[in-house]
Amino acid sequence: MRDVWRVFGTIGISSFGGGLSGWMFREIVERLRWISPEEFLAGLALARTMPGPNVVNLAIWIGYRLRRTRGAIVAAFAVLAGPLVLILILATVYERIKHSITVHQLLMGVTAAALGLSLSVGIKSFQAAARSPFYATMAVLTFIGVGVLHQPLLPIACTLAAVSVAWAFFLDRSDER
Amino acid sequence: MKDSVWWQLLRVFLPLSFLTIGGGQSILADIQRETVSVHHWLTDAQFVDDFAISRASAGPNTLIVTLIGWQAGGIAGAVAATAAIFVPPAILFYVLTRLWRMNAFGRWRDRLARGLAPVSVGLVFAGTYSVLTTEGGGVLSWIVTAASVMLLMTTKVHPLLPLAGGALIFLGKLLLSPLSA
Repeated sequence: MRDVWRVFGTIGISSFGGGLSGWMFREIVERLRWISPEEFLAGLALARTMPGPNVVNLAIWIGYRLRRTRGAIVAAFAVLAGPLVLILILATVYERIKHSITVHQLLMGVTAAALGLSLSVGIKSFQAAARSPFYATMAVLTFIGVGVLHQPLLPIACTLAAVSVAWAFFLDRSDER
Repeated sequence: MKDSVWWQLLRVFLPLSFLTIGGGQSILADIQRETVSVHHWLTDAQFVDDFAISRASAGPNTLIVTLIGWQAGGIAGAVAATAAIFVPPAILFYVLTRLWRMNAFGRWRDRLARGLAPVSVGLVFAGTYSVLTTEGGGVLSWIVTAASVMLLMTTKVHPLLPLAGGALIFLGKLLLSPLSA
């Protein structure tokens, strides 16, 4: 349980510039192997289409998998604790640093690198998720709809998820022989 | 007691908490309206500052409500606002997670996961793409992002390394640019 605290606490406090799911994937799926990529991706899709911040939802998802209810509570608290304290500290010094070009540049650099983290997770998990041309098409359509065309996330994601899940239920025969 | 600030904070943020879908961006406009125009807890300028802080800091951007609660009602306000925005969706997701783990979806669970995965991956790319195209760091941003991807794909480095590297590269650009002289 102390590991759950430590890992989620570290992820929470280091998650500058976004890319939180990237952190989680790298630490929890790749390095610690606490859950499989497939489980992670299913949780991520649900986390993004349900209310609540993705990180907190994912922490609950993974925490519960590890240590049931107590794991979920600990993971959710741990992932928020650091950022909560940090944001209050930042707010108190903000007046002094808000016009600093240096701070602005630092943040741009961190954000650009954090995007790389997200992107690397996207590339790696694409192979796991796009098991056949149909699923690959679903991933590409989601990207185009939400990312390129800037359509609202919820209707697009829910529609494509419904189509994709329906395919998995009724037409995907890849696991039968 | 019903007029106390923390009670009002609960009343504003509890209903909004169920609308924080897809990263909390969806409720920003509503938060601004409620907290600035309706309740006058903070000014427009303060709201913009809070937004910038929550984006710059670690953790979900939804933490902006913690700042608002703090400015409206001190520590009690911060606690009330934070609890109101985070707890209800957390309980909801906990129930869903539990159902999933208890196998309430039976033998369809794997197929559900298989169908959801590509949408999930598409959303990861979409999120990255929108920030990359709106962030305004120019070519250097793209280079840092690409270098970060290469590093993370080919090695087992800790993610903090590319983050620190990105910060240093932008800092270096600042030192080398004639404007800083």
